[in-house]
Amino acid sequence: MGTARANWAFLLGYRFYVAAFFVFLAAPLIAAGSFAFNDSLFPALPWQGFTLDWFFNDTEPKLGMFHDRRLLRGLYYSFVIACGVSALSVFVGTCNAFLFVRTDLPAKNFFYIVMIVPLVIPGVILGISILAMASQFANGLEEAHGIELGFLRPGLPLVVLGQFSFIATITSLVITARLRKFDATMEEAAYNLGASRLRVLTTITLPFLRPAMIAAGIVAFLVSFENFNTTLFLVGSESPLTITMFDRMAKVGSTPVLNAVSFFLMIGSGALALVSVLVQRDRTKV
Amino acid sequence: MSQRDIKRLTLFLLFAPFALWILLLIVLPHIGMGYLALREKIGPRQYEFGFGNFVEFAMEPIYWNTLLRTGSMSLLVTALALIVGFPIAYYIAKIANYRTRGAMFLLCLIPLWVSDLIRAFGWILLLRETGVISSSLQAIGLIDAPVELLYNDVTVVIGLVYTVMLFMIVPLVSTLDGMDNSMIEAGYNLGGSGLTVLRRIIIPYAMPGIVSGCIIVFMLTAGSYLTPILLGGKNSSWFTEMIYEQFITRYNWEAGATFGFLLLAFTSLVVWLGLKLSRQTLAGTVARS
Repeated sequence: MGTARANWAFLLGYRFYVAAFFVFLAAPLIAAGSFAFNDSLFPALPWQGFTLDWFFNDTEPKLGMFHDRRLLRGLYYSFVIACGVSALSVFVGTCNAFLFVRTDLPAKNFFYIVMIVPLVIPGVILGISILAMASQFANGLEEAHGIELGFLRPGLPLVVLGQFSFIATITSLVITARLRKFDATMEEAAYNLGASRLRVLTTITLPFLRPAMIAAGIVAFLVSFENFNTTLFLVGSESPLTITMFDRMAKVGSTPVLNAVSFFLMIGSGALALVSVLVQRDRTKV
Repeated sequence: MSQRDIKRLTLFLLFAPFALWILLLIVLPHIGMGYLALREKIGPRQYEFGFGNFVEFAMEPIYWNTLLRTGSMSLLVTALALIVGFPIAYYIAKIANYRTRGAMFLLCLIPLWVSDLIRAFGWILLLRETGVISSSLQAIGLIDAPVELLYNDVTVVIGLVYTVMLFMIVPLVSTLDGMDNSMIEAGYNLGGSGLTVLRRIIIPYAMPGIVSGCIIVFMLTAGSYLTPILLGGKNSSWFTEMIYEQFITRYNWEAGATFGFLLLAFTSLVVWLGLKLSRQTLAGTVARS
């Protein structure tokens, strides 16, 4: 009896701990999101009543996010960057999957580790190293030949390359894992039926990979959208959303419009994450 | 074209994107950073090669104290994340029933998709002088005046643990998930106490997940910028902050590159030591998750 009661108490305590953990996990998110609806100039208690002004109002001092030109521009740049990064990383990730699963590449294990390395390099280091190299290269070209290559200077292309440098590892891992599960007999059957290489690739192998490619693309999009460390060093005059928001938080102080943006981003990324989960779930049925 | 030629061509075409990516965006930039770090400015547009930047780093206690501080606080954060996260991961993988498990795992993942910035912002709203916790405590009557809970080391550590927690839980859940329940039962049947089973069976089995989680968490923490700055204020003395200051504010790229190089060397050393001590490999841990 004694041990049973001790066990019961232990399990209760354990459950309590788990519940407390989830409260800890949710608290800042709830705080960041809920003040978007507070009818006050400051994101703080007391609660002044419900409002949607921080989304839709078009006049100062309560300028809503959908009328705030700088925030909208930031959102646009973030979107452009994220699309570029996810297209590039899914392409390279797919190539890498085939490279590591299908070919007899010499020193495969070594290259596989090399592929993982970008993920464990701190983002700040990736940012400064790419900035340093691009600038040295651009300066060298300018001094020697008088050629000015704008894309090597801080700006959108460099941000895309910087984020791509480690996000490609994530997409490669996701797509490689999927390709490893592929049953080679399906391809053999198609060859036996007389299909060409290209046809087998486009009608059998790529459709099999599609869920993983979509999921990897969504992950890449989200990671790019929320990236800060690498972007900080490579950004030019076109600030993506995270940089714009950070500047406001650090310098001006903040109105609940930042909460509105936070709420918007949470809903957006939550929806995308759900899509990626649903897409991935399909694979159990295949 | 023969079959062999096609094979070779395919190999080449598939290798090209990989090689370009690694070479242009990882290897060359790091060589460029090393080159900058070894270059010493002796006058306008005049440079000399040598270890001058490193000597300067070693001579200035503020610099290396900050690096040591960042390193030790990152280790603390890693340890705390493991201690707090392991029971949660174990609960998700082994105790919760099938339905709740999926839901809890998803709950764990959702904050993963919310930017660090928003999470830090949420903490600011909760903890600052005019924040939710301070004003709630005042309303209850526990305190008389507003309290500032931001801008101290404890808050920075808690904020960092919060930020990186999910990267600890995910690898742990995926290793524990693969563990056969009968192994635990066998341990109990042989007369082991709960603690013995944990120490002799569960932890050794989960080791790849533990190491992988710790590596990712340590690297993320040591390289983090947002959380220490926003929760710790301007004087949080985090090493990435010094890199930013040298690069962007002072435009002293040579010193900035030196700091970057040192941070990379330091974190790699810690990770290497961790792998050696736990007898794991990078491919066997991080790659698996």
